[in-house]
Amino acid sequence: MTGDTRSLLFEARGVCKDYVVRVLDEARLELRPGEIHALLGANGAGKSTLCKIIAGLTPATAGHMLLNGVSYAPADKRFAESRGVQIVQQELNLIPTLSVAENLLLGRYPQRWGVINRRRLHEQARVALDRFGLNEIKTDQSADSLGVGQQQMLEIAAALDRKCELLILDEPTAALSAGETERLFARLNELRARGVGIIYISHRLDEIARIADRLTVLRDGKYVSTHEVSEFQPIERVVDLMTGEVQAVQHALQEHTNHTTEKTMLRVEGMTGGPVRDVRFSVKAGERYGIAGLVGAGRTELLRLIFGADRAERGELFLRGEATSRRFAHPQEAVQAGLAMVTEDRKQNGLLLSQSIRVNTTLASLDLLTGIAGLIDRRREVALVEGKRRRLQIHARDIEQSVGTLSGGNQQKVAVAKWLLQDADLFLFDEPTRGIDVAARRNIHQLFDQLAANGKALVIVSSDLEELFETCDRIGVMSAGRLVAEYTRENWSYDAIMQDCFSGYSQQAKETVSGSNL
Amino acid sequence: MSDSPAPVSEKNTDQPASLVSGVTYSVFQYAGLLGVLALLVLIFSLRSEHFLSQQTLVTVANNIPDLLVISVGMTLVLIIGGIDLSVGSLLALSSAMLGVCMVDWGWSLWSAVPVCLGIGAVCGMLNGVISVKAGIPSFIVTLGMLEMARGGAYLITDSQTKYIGSSIEWIGVPLKGFVFSPAFLLALVIVAAGQYLLTRTVFGRYCVAIGTNAEAVRMSGIRTAPCSVAVFTISGLLCGLAGVMQTSRLSSADPNAAVGLELSAIAACVIGGTSLMGGRGSVINTFFGVLIIAVLQTGLAQIGATDPSKRVITGAVIIIAVLLDAARQRWKRRG
Repeated sequence: MTGDTRSLLFEARGVCKDYVVRVLDEARLELRPGEIHALLGANGAGKSTLCKIIAGLTPATAGHMLLNGVSYAPADKRFAESRGVQIVQQELNLIPTLSVAENLLLGRYPQRWGVINRRRLHEQARVALDRFGLNEIKTDQSADSLGVGQQQMLEIAAALDRKCELLILDEPTAALSAGETERLFARLNELRARGVGIIYISHRLDEIARIADRLTVLRDGKYVSTHEVSEFQPIERVVDLMTGEVQAVQHALQEHTNHTTEKTMLRVEGMTGGPVRDVRFSVKAGERYGIAGLVGAGRTELLRLIFGADRAERGELFLRGEATSRRFAHPQEAVQAGLAMVTEDRKQNGLLLSQSIRVNTTLASLDLLTGIAGLIDRRREVALVEGKRRRLQIHARDIEQSVGTLSGGNQQKVAVAKWLLQDADLFLFDEPTRGIDVAARRNIHQLFDQLAANGKALVIVSSDLEELFETCDRIGVMSAGRLVAEYTRENWSYDAIMQDCFSGYSQQAKETVSGSNL
Repeated sequence: MSDSPAPVSEKNTDQPASLVSGVTYSVFQYAGLLGVLALLVLIFSLRSEHFLSQQTLVTVANNIPDLLVISVGMTLVLIIGGIDLSVGSLLALSSAMLGVCMVDWGWSLWSAVPVCLGIGAVCGMLNGVISVKAGIPSFIVTLGMLEMARGGAYLITDSQTKYIGSSIEWIGVPLKGFVFSPAFLLALVIVAAGQYLLTRTVFGRYCVAIGTNAEAVRMSGIRTAPCSVAVFTISGLLCGLAGVMQTSRLSSADPNAAVGLELSAIAACVIGGTSLMGGRGSVINTFFGVLIIAVLQTGLAQIGATDPSKRVITGAVIIIAVLLDAARQRWKRRG
């Protein structure tokens, strides 16, 4: 620890926030200059709300805050920014049609009489990107041409390019590859040395152990305690503070049971399309097959090709040991053949956010609920949805609550519930626990186990290797569009898989993953 | 996680309770519009002693059937996130076809009506197929159809109004000993059917889902194209039906008919709380929207408002209604 422990950069006391119910109750947080302070808690614990209050996105109902010893009550984000408080939220807030430079300097374009000085705009943007090591991003490419990981890096770069004394990062690494995470951490270390205070939210405990100095735990909107990170050896012990001890015990006892049967459920041959090149693998009934890889390795695209969401150039699917191959031209055909896909981007293509849990859950299986003339049997619909809600422990007021108002974990459970109702045989999960809390994550993992025990085949794409190790029976590694290696529980290791992740980029490493130094 | 919220699930497995909450919900949902309607009736009753009379009711009921059925179709189109600007012209084209069949070719009403409905449905389907298959915004496609259909109406009638007379008038005239005309009663049936279609059927559910997030619907293994095309076809078909209604009211087929009707229909939907962004709307509320417009028109005429001031007031009411709806939505989201 550097910096004077007596003088605090930021302090929040007794902060409360009421929406319909009190979501933040007497929350506390203190931040020293040059400190990375992790904010921990299950989803709904109030981390994001507290950060939004600090960043001026929403006013506090009660409580007071001090910034550099001066009373601080931001009226809006602009005020917070003028005081050097920057936030990078979990959701990407770039304007997709504008260029990288225009996004980076949004609101502070170099201009004269309203005319943008394009040369200076791109120069300034270039400097900001280079300082962050984002040499591969061009300032004139449009923001939507960037991958999700790059977009996230761009947002962080934009925040750091402004006056920044207090930086709030909400799940910054959720969309980042291992290499990008390293780059981010290097930059955070520089900021720390410069005296910037950083509030860091992440579900990835290993990252917190690596990067954070202290941590504060919130539970159900209340302050629990603040600790030095080094007090927790291993870091997983902090979960006790977040969710109560019962679950920590459960976690320790959790064992992996292999439910793999002899029956092949899906065989993929020579699948090619988009970035995906010539992928072949197979999954058996009862098996959980993980796919590891860096962001941009083509994992999402592979799932989309299998599911018929994108058109494949080449490639064949063999289902349930059938001799004839298939290829799906539309997700409808895949669903009819017993496939289900839980998408990575729940908001974009997974859920109908403004619609209720009920409507979302039954969307894919309304034909099971209809009698004559396409009429929906409301009574059965309600009963079925209630059943799934109880089974998956979806926390909501009732099934009419709109999905957009649920926490990320509960949204994901609704997305899964949709396919459980369909009774599919083969589940494709794309980043199933991205950005959701520890407890919901465990629910989802238990569900994987149940599905496998019932003879379903699961393909699980995750950037979180720990997750794949915990849940899968086999892991395939994709790199630069190809499936480069396969491992079983007996022979996999973190190091070997990370090596494989990078192997496909050996020739083009300079362009695509430059700066990654694992 | 073991504390699954018992009271909530208890409430929901209990059927009567959820039915009651359903009723209160719909009363709440309609309360705002009914309130506006009641307020208008009250204001006009105070300003004009003739307003609260059977005559007014007859006037309103017999003026709205064509706008009503077109607005039902428009509601569905708006819900899937589209828009149909061609409805006024399609009404005129269908009506012109009806006139040509009955006057020039001497067909009976019952053989001419299917042609009239058919031409509306085909044009509507064209709207749908082109916008869905080619991925062109329905705003553009139906704008083109607006011009084409209007031109078509002039072409087939030689720009002449075709007088049909009593063989069609009965549709728009109140039934003996009853205030409502067959056209109005049919329009009510269409409203009921539209609401039923929207809230009770798979098709209706898909419409709402498509308007909310079409990509999520596709990724759920549902083909969105047939559903969208069907919605535009229904809208066209209802234009044909409205053409019959309007022709009966005017006793003749007029190729100049219903200019700008698309805007009235959109206004009725919007007053009823249908979102132009798609995913939200109700046929019953659109019905109230039409009633509000009609009551306003009739009432203003009775208190002797001039045409320009009628337009100013109608426009203001549309904006106020939408502001109220937006406030209600915000309130609902919070509560």
